[in-house]
Amino acid sequence: MQGYIVRRVLLAIPVFLAVSVITFSLMQLAPGDPAAILLGGDFIEFATEEDIRQAREALGVDRPAVVQYLDWFTGFFRGDLGTSLFTGKPVSELVGHRIETTVSVVLFSLFIAIALGIPLGVLAAWKANSWLDRGVMVFAVVGFAIPVFWLAFNLIWLFSLKLGWFPVFGFVSITDNVGEFFHHLALPAAALATAFIALIARMTRSSMLEVLSEDYIRTARAKGLGERVVLARHALRNASMPVVTVIGLSFATVVTGSVLTETVFGLPGMGRLFVGAVADRDFPVIQGLMMIFAGAYVFLNLAVDIVYAYLDPRVTY
Amino acid sequence: MAGVRPGTGIAIAPPGGKWATRFSATRRALRKNPNMAVGFAILIVVSASALFATQIDRWEPGFLNVADRLEAPSATHWFGTDNTGRDIYSRTLHGGRVSLLVGLSVAVLVTASGMLIGLVSGYYRRLDMFIQRFMDAIMSFPTLLLALALIAMLGSSIENVIIVITIVDTPRMVRLVRAQVLSLRDQPFVEAARAVGAPVSRVLLLHVAPNTLAPVMVQATFIFASAMLVEAALSFLGLGIPPDQASWGNILALGRTFFQQAFWIAFFPGLVLSISVLSINLVGDGLRDALDPKLAHRG
Repeated sequence: MQGYIVRRVLLAIPVFLAVSVITFSLMQLAPGDPAAILLGGDFIEFATEEDIRQAREALGVDRPAVVQYLDWFTGFFRGDLGTSLFTGKPVSELVGHRIETTVSVVLFSLFIAIALGIPLGVLAAWKANSWLDRGVMVFAVVGFAIPVFWLAFNLIWLFSLKLGWFPVFGFVSITDNVGEFFHHLALPAAALATAFIALIARMTRSSMLEVLSEDYIRTARAKGLGERVVLARHALRNASMPVVTVIGLSFATVVTGSVLTETVFGLPGMGRLFVGAVADRDFPVIQGLMMIFAGAYVFLNLAVDIVYAYLDPRVTY
Repeated sequence: MAGVRPGTGIAIAPPGGKWATRFSATRRALRKNPNMAVGFAILIVVSASALFATQIDRWEPGFLNVADRLEAPSATHWFGTDNTGRDIYSRTLHGGRVSLLVGLSVAVLVTASGMLIGLVSGYYRRLDMFIQRFMDAIMSFPTLLLALALIAMLGSSIENVIIVITIVDTPRMVRLVRAQVLSLRDQPFVEAARAVGAPVSRVLLLHVAPNTLAPVMVQATFIFASAMLVEAALSFLGLGIPPDQASWGNILALGRTFFQQAFWIAFFPGLVLSISVLSINLVGDGLRDALDPKLAHRG
């Protein structure tokens, strides 16, 4: 077990390094003089040779790429994510202001997705080929195809504009007002969760179907255990592996969805910060956020694999 | 060797030719799987309406008609009009061309690059370690974020959107092909080909590659659908297809601005996009069930 964890951690390190190299290369490979990108395209037309040289020196882009990379990469471990070219503020400060929104939306929708997706999948498998099963499957197929931003529009139209149940835009911090926090977050989280309820329900169903035909389930039923115990303790636990994997792997997709959800609902989150940075070609912000999201993904999947090993003692690599 | 699966000596194609076999196999699969038939039917309607957009549109997609601005759906403007009086129905038809073009191009390019990298990676163990960590790294980035970052680097245009989504989606195909190659490389027929002195390129392309095709086709279908979603998302954020070209994502982006006054601007292109993605996914599910009977009972 310990050997497995160590090996798994060792495997994550080169991935994280590759993530950082890709992220760093983005700006290196972007066409044009880095100083010109950093200072804005117009600057270069009026700048003298000396101006450009000074700009390059001030930004540190006159140094060899390897030195720049090492400086940039080690900065992460010192909490230094670079400085935004557009606002002149440290990237860590910009992220700090927006992290609560994104983390709230992502966690809340993951919670909804798991809380609804797993029971739906279990029920569908338990009552396989019933109308309930068909309903869940139709929802799973349709829910997965609907783009999150379009779903968000429809939810706003129905629940905010027509029924007036929820606010259209905005975010309230949980520290300010817990009720309003959930009130503002309900629609964005519902929009974002839909595709994952679909995915998790489908995965749970197919995994449960396989497990329910096993001998030990028949044994459990034969010895007189109630259906609830059979489903929860015997079947779901054994069926949970692929579901846990899907939840881990969908983190990246949830973040993708959160970028769109934040845009539609006007939430001041990291996703909107990212979109704004792309529009401004503000590379330090882009790079900082990419490292945070990819780093979180690598870490999360590491955690999933370790949870996996606890769930299933057979796992050894 | 033609028509004979190497190593098994079993003829897989009757004298009628392989296309005849495939055709009847397709028909059988469609009969057995009505969902897939529905998906196919919708996909044909969507493709045809995009292909013949100029024949069936009711207005020029770029025609500005300020007198009719922000009009609700009616007999003259089936899907309503936008803030400059452009007809949403016509723009949705023309936007379908962009979406399908992007989806199809990405599916083809990802299949080609994924096959190539996957074959090499699965066959050469030394390269494999390096390539796989690199693919893991690409997959660690949320799809849309990496696509956006690459757009920041390359600039927005339809070609760049295709390139960017291809880069982002390739690892999914590489993983699949590599896994297939790993299980095929020690099969007797591959060993036999190596033993008679066939060069590596021939072994890979003629003996290994054809045996990976079934799952690759299924995956390509799903990539087709997801590429359409990513394109729409990029354009929706104003960073994909340039705004002067009609695309579903662009119309949706405009719809966001006028959402409270004119929900139809965003509603119809989004609906068509959802239906298209749904139909392609249904075809993909059907293909998977038809090509891999082991998975047929799974959801």
